Amino acid sequence: MTALKIAIRHKPFARSDGELNAIENIEIEMAANEFVAVLGPSGCGKTTMLQIAAGLDDEYTGTVEYAAGLKDKMAYVFQSPTLLPWRTVRQNIELVFSDPQAHADTIASVLEAVGLAGSEDIYPLQLSMGMQRRASLARAFVLRPQLLLMDEPFVSLDETLAARLRNLLKTMLAGNPASVLFVTHDWREALSLADRLIFLSPGPARIVGEVAVSLNPQQRSNPVDLQSFRDAHAKFFQPDPA
Amino acid sequence: MASQPLNTLGRIAWMMASIISLLVVWWGSALVVQSRYLPSPQEVFSVLAIELASGELLFHVAMTLMRVAASFTVAMVIGSAIGIAMGKQAWADRLFDGWLMFFLNLPALVTIVLCFIWFGLTEAATVLAVAINKIPNVAVTLREGTKALDPVYDQLAKAYRFSRWKTLRHVLLPQLAPYFAAAARSGLALVWKIVLVVELLGRSNGVGFQIHLYFQLFDVATILAYAISFIVVVQLIETFILQPWQQSVVRWRA
Repeated sequence: MTALKIAIRHKPFARSDGELNAIENIEIEMAANEFVAVLGPSGCGKTTMLQIAAGLDDEYTGTVEYAAGLKDKMAYVFQSPTLLPWRTVRQNIELVFSDPQAHADTIASVLEAVGLAGSEDIYPLQLSMGMQRRASLARAFVLRPQLLLMDEPFVSLDETLAARLRNLLKTMLAGNPASVLFVTHDWREALSLADRLIFLSPGPARIVGEVAVSLNPQQRSNPVDLQSFRDAHAKFFQPDPA
Repeated sequence: MASQPLNTLGRIAWMMASIISLLVVWWGSALVVQSRYLPSPQEVFSVLAIELASGELLFHVAMTLMRVAASFTVAMVIGSAIGIAMGKQAWADRLFDGWLMFFLNLPALVTIVLCFIWFGLTEAATVLAVAINKIPNVAVTLREGTKALDPVYDQLAKAYRFSRWKTLRHVLLPQLAPYFAAAARSGLALVWKIVLVVELLGRSNGVGFQIHLYFQLFDVATILAYAISFIVVVQLIETFILQPWQQSVVRWRA
């Protein structure tokens, strides 16, 4: 069953030296509960693509289709934690509900799972970056999302912390399966998480390679199809001159 | 040498020392000059006590405060609306920029005189004249605040499907609050001084009117008594309402 289908033909991007094309013909179709990582160099248009997928940017030609009801079960994790600094951790998380009281148990259990129990009443700027990222993950997971859009959520963290948060993400997904579209420039990170990798070229973003890691979430630790990974990886670093 | 930050007690002690030194200089000057045009602090405070006991002082201070409150509120509401619109809409910013420049440089006295000529010596004209003087300052501050709004929080509100009300209350207003607080504090300081001038020119009560009255009698002691009591009232509002509010809106900063 298709969860999300993105088909972006063209995405204009205004710059001081004229308009350029940020995205060109990207088509991604995601199955339900599939984890797709989109890899590309910095500035290639990955974030723009994700914002289009989330409906945060509608200045493009193309279509984004969600499975019925999926858009209301969507959560977005920003590249920076993007917590409201004038609201406490708890208030930040409660804000995603219209009736937070009804979800008190969920909120408590997710805060416990991300290791923020006891820090609920602290303002975000008083927390470490790692804790802010946990709070940002918690905000996404309290919604029990069926579609999770993640924009380099572990970028610029030290590797130990990033690995811990990746494991946290896996644990959360095991308890709450969701289709995940995960943008990153780190192929190791992508390999450790995803069922399928999609490589984008430097701007304008085009798909230059695709690798299935394993379409079965239970077999995520299975070895990768190394040959196809190498092919895609080579193309990724030496994009087709055409 | 860099000065050390003081604790609350230290600050109060220094403030007391500062006020006492001012009183000493005043008292010394009065002693040297020996003129009824420079009364000593004792004389001024005894006049203050008499005016307070008669109820005159409270009545006029209350009248002035009411005008301050009315014009302050009008100026904050209209000035904020204009400032936010200018911050949000480039065309509004360009269109009204010249207006702002005009009204920022228009002397308060001119606004007051024109309001009285056009609308008569009424309470409404008073409030309008004072508000017109303050609106441009509020607009400039809130325009700056609106331009500084971080678009990433708009995306957050959109991504998590916040309602309009939730976005306003939790995303927009907290970002603008420091600017509201700054506009309010500088507003109070400006508004009460202009209200006094308006009362002097066209009202029959209020602190400004009393100062005008005692100016004609060359009664410096009573003029100072009214001035000091109003300074105290404004400083109390500033210390116990505006400053705590301003601190509370930025308490989340690490």
